[in-house]
Amino acid sequence: MQTGAGFFGSSIGKKIVMAITGIMLIGFVVVHMIGNLQLYLPAHDGVYALDTYGEFLRTLLHGSGIWIARASLLAAAGLHVWAAVGLTLMNRAARPIGYQQQQYDASTFGSRWMRVSGVVVLAFIIFHLLHLTIGNILPGFEHGKVFHNVVTGFQVPWVSAFYIIAMVALSTHIHHGIWSMLQTLGLSHPRYNGLRNGLATLLTIVVIGGNISFPIAVLTGFVR
Amino acid sequence: MSSEKNLNLKLNVWRQKNAQSEGGFETYEAPGISTEMSFLEMLDVVNEDLITKGADPIAFDHDCREGICGACSMVIDGRPHGPKERTTACQLHMRSFNDGDTIAIEPWRAAAFPVQRDLIVDRAAFDRIIAAGGFISAPTGSAQDANSLPVSKQNADLAMDAAACIGCGACVAACPNASAMLFVSAKVSQLALLPQGQPERYIRVRDMVAQMDAEEFGTCTNHGECEAACPKGISVENIARMNRDYLKASLTYRPEATGGGAG
Repeated sequence: MQTGAGFFGSSIGKKIVMAITGIMLIGFVVVHMIGNLQLYLPAHDGVYALDTYGEFLRTLLHGSGIWIARASLLAAAGLHVWAAVGLTLMNRAARPIGYQQQQYDASTFGSRWMRVSGVVVLAFIIFHLLHLTIGNILPGFEHGKVFHNVVTGFQVPWVSAFYIIAMVALSTHIHHGIWSMLQTLGLSHPRYNGLRNGLATLLTIVVIGGNISFPIAVLTGFVR
Repeated sequence: MSSEKNLNLKLNVWRQKNAQSEGGFETYEAPGISTEMSFLEMLDVVNEDLITKGADPIAFDHDCREGICGACSMVIDGRPHGPKERTTACQLHMRSFNDGDTIAIEPWRAAAFPVQRDLIVDRAAFDRIIAAGGFISAPTGSAQDANSLPVSKQNADLAMDAAACIGCGACVAACPNASAMLFVSAKVSQLALLPQGQPERYIRVRDMVAQMDAEEFGTCTNHGECEAACPKGISVENIARMNRDYLKASLTYRPEATGGGAG
């Protein structure tokens, strides 16, 4: 039998696109957080570790490395959003008339607010790039002076507040997302199903804990 | 011995004349309802009263009334089949409610399950998904010797668990996305786990998922509401198995050859 709209048109196909791009994006978030921990390293000969790390990333593979990474991440984010929009439209159309009353027994805050947290994270990514990559949000931005830009940025309370709110949204998003993508890729077995939730919780705490520590360290004057 | 009591209840029921008309909620009094009655028997009593008064009785699907046919289908106080776990509406007893309760009764809500009248929805979409691949092609004739096809105990148990699905549609009704993936995955799994299901295993999952999408069911976002609402306790592990099989099917699919094969 000749069937349907093909892999990318199908519900499960889009879910698998969602899961695979999700793995790429979570991988990035983990590496990004670990790299930024260098905010806490002392300066050598007046040069901050974070600035050296930024220089390393910009010159990796004669400067092509960062563009390969940016292109891959942009593609992953684009596909992730494309699949999310497609699936959301299918889901909206699937229940045109809702219930007067609906009780939830199994879903979580994270699972029900996935779309909202996703939009918050997307808005944050755009802001974050304007703030610390392009540098046109705040006055005093200096290209290459990563440490300086991070510290002066987080000294502005609303910047730190938005950052922390975005991290809370990201934490609910990846906590459900990690479990969800393993399920979508068919990784389910009684022997390791407990580990799936454990992995989701551990990664969420590590990533978000690390990330939220940066603005707090700046605001409290621990890093300056 | 009997702890039978009588309850005075109020019902807030969705009434709709036919598929074309707009429906709305109507309130009914249900006085003197025995706690020993099933939920459907309670509706029978209310309907007797409505008929006596010359009003239209509340239309609802029902058949076996022993929890195995999957006909009864209503969302009771925001939960498919009501508040009790692993229970169909016909097996739900009025002792689960308290005197003076107002009970909301709504039909399954999904684009793929259009309301026909009151609480009755058309679930033929499930039949079309089964017709798309939820079977095995086997020659007729006498059954072969049971031991000629070895099945591991574990797989036999898992296949039986998946086969417990009665196709009632509570999974779709409970899912915030009106997704049918628990139903489809149970029907895919019961055959994927057994040797008889292997020859058509991957074409089956492709065809059934394509039909599921064509029926305009939603997609799974892994809330787990379906598993919680399922009167037969079908596990979302089946959805993972279906996803796995679908991925493999997509990677290995070959269009049917137009020329003849060997022999």
